[in-house]
Amino acid sequence: MSDPRPLAQLADQVLRPQRSLWSDAWRQFKRNKLALIGGIYLLFLVVLAVFAPFIAPHNPVKGDVKTAGKYRQAAWITTDNPKTTGSWEYPLGTDGNGRDVLSRVIYGTRISLVVGFIPMIIIMLIGVPIGLIAGYSGGRVDNALMRVTDVVYAFPALLFFIIMQISLGETWFGELLNGLVLLFVTLSIISWSGVARLVRGDTLSLREKEFIESALASGATSSRVLSRHIFPNTMGSLIIAAAFIVPSAIISEAVLSYLGIGLRPSVNLAAPFPTSWGQMLQSGASQYRNQAWLLIAPSLAVAFITLAFNFVGDGLRDALDPREQL
Amino acid sequence: MIEYLIRRILWVIPVIIAVAAVTFFLMYRAPGGPWDREKPLPTAVQKTLDVQFGLNKPLWINPKEFNERWANGERNPLLLAQGYFDSRFFTYMGGVAKGDLGPSYASKGSESVQEVIREKFPVSLKIGLVALLFAVLVGIPLGAAGALRQNTPVDYVSRVVSTIGAAVPSFVSGLLILIFLTRQFGYSPIREPEEWDGWGKAFILPGIILGLSTMAYLARLTRVNMLETKRQDYVRTARAKGVSETAVVSRHIMRNALIPVITILGPAAADLVTGSIIIESIFNAPGLGEEFVQSIGKRDYSMIMGTAIFYAVLIALANVFVDISYGVLDPRIRRGSH
Repeated sequence: MSDPRPLAQLADQVLRPQRSLWSDAWRQFKRNKLALIGGIYLLFLVVLAVFAPFIAPHNPVKGDVKTAGKYRQAAWITTDNPKTTGSWEYPLGTDGNGRDVLSRVIYGTRISLVVGFIPMIIIMLIGVPIGLIAGYSGGRVDNALMRVTDVVYAFPALLFFIIMQISLGETWFGELLNGLVLLFVTLSIISWSGVARLVRGDTLSLREKEFIESALASGATSSRVLSRHIFPNTMGSLIIAAAFIVPSAIISEAVLSYLGIGLRPSVNLAAPFPTSWGQMLQSGASQYRNQAWLLIAPSLAVAFITLAFNFVGDGLRDALDPREQL
Repeated sequence: MIEYLIRRILWVIPVIIAVAAVTFFLMYRAPGGPWDREKPLPTAVQKTLDVQFGLNKPLWINPKEFNERWANGERNPLLLAQGYFDSRFFTYMGGVAKGDLGPSYASKGSESVQEVIREKFPVSLKIGLVALLFAVLVGIPLGAAGALRQNTPVDYVSRVVSTIGAAVPSFVSGLLILIFLTRQFGYSPIREPEEWDGWGKAFILPGIILGLSTMAYLARLTRVNMLETKRQDYVRTARAKGVSETAVVSRHIMRNALIPVITILGPAAADLVTGSIIIESIFNAPGLGEEFVQSIGKRDYSMIMGTAIFYAVLIALANVFVDISYGVLDPRIRRGSH
């Protein structure tokens, strides 16, 4: 009996390369222009952060009041005073210590990215196992883990961050790497609960699927089922979650530094992480009448990075999770 | 439903206890005592203050007091237990349960934390109300307009505003708006203290800036939900029956689309509370958020602790309110098993 389907369709089926979930998602993602722009902008920031010493026109810590001038205006703003009039030598002007604002913003990219990504990784490392175990084992273990998670989830995050920073900021631990280490811990210590809930929910529904049953029937151990069958299937929602955790950590850092309890300012000329956008916001907020770009530059930097992450996050959601198309 | 309600309300208690315990523990760890000043207080004065505020007691439990009472022939288990738990932590928690958050250290005990909260919170509340009003009055119509005129310039504006507003933190957009207003119109954010009494113009700008991200979320959620309800069969049925367009939109689309929008009020409450901490300091508003920032600078630990617990209770109650009203408004949830 001959196949009733037209030959062309058969050929198509044979010749067309196989499409996996991920390549499908990538095609979908590419079609979203905003997401693509966001992604490219983030790659650009990574390049800025890595090559900051070669890109930044000046040292971000060394103030040179004599030549740079205090509160020099941005390049396109002219004043009568030769020490404060705009100059392309200092495109975004200088701060109260004669430090180049543009160079500081460029170096600030480093902290923003690090403070966004490292807590995200810690959050995943805590939240994913808890969610997997709770969802897979069910019963009492699930109950116990989820009650703890619920309490943590109900904590007002920013308040807790503030209290952590006040309490531990002046201990030896809080002074490691100018406070970066403490900040990583602070930013991860609550948000894992959201990830744990997410993974637990996914695990609960995956557990009932036939492919898990068949894996168990063919003798796979629980740990194999969890690592090979359940975890890979939660990746989609985890990637989407990550795209929104990173900017919220970046915002929290900015808020804490703005309140003066985030990172410590560095005076070391060779410091790899000399300043953050949050610290620049703090010093800019009191001086924006003297030199507006002291405040505008870090504000725009924070606004653009959070926008970029949101675009990418929305794009990922459309690509990976067809149920929740916003 | 009743059982769910009670469970939901009781769940607030362990959350508050956990918040209070963790806050207490971390604040105790914080460096520097409450009486540290540039000019140190005489030791004798410090001792009296310590006794007055119970700071001489042990931190968690007090076995010494228990042993003393036992040696004195005390056998009443209640009084013995009271001695055993006569510690700073349990005294504080007992106070919290009665609504007493202890004395503010910075005022050397002349004012209690709850008095400061009572005095400062109204300003924050008013700014928060302006923010919420702005968010609802602008956000919902914006989202609805976008959904009803999908893929038109109106929809485009609605989407741009909601995307930017939701992504950019309100304090950053607030600072940018402030710079723009000062440079273009010579606006000054600093107000006279008396302008914050009663209701005045002073509340408008901080309120709007505080409400920006909530407005954006509301617009986004309203738009998405209305797009979905618009395509439901019952909307088509209503149109087919000849129901007027206004009635279709208001009774069939809006009413069903707005129910999930209520869920956002929980996170919004948290957002407004934490947002107020920064927005008030930008505008120098004499509210609780500004007081909180000041007490961070002054290392007034009892004030920080008390305000944090107060905020936590506020956010927890907002979440309970959201859960309950969601259940009341949506019959599917009301009947569903929880």
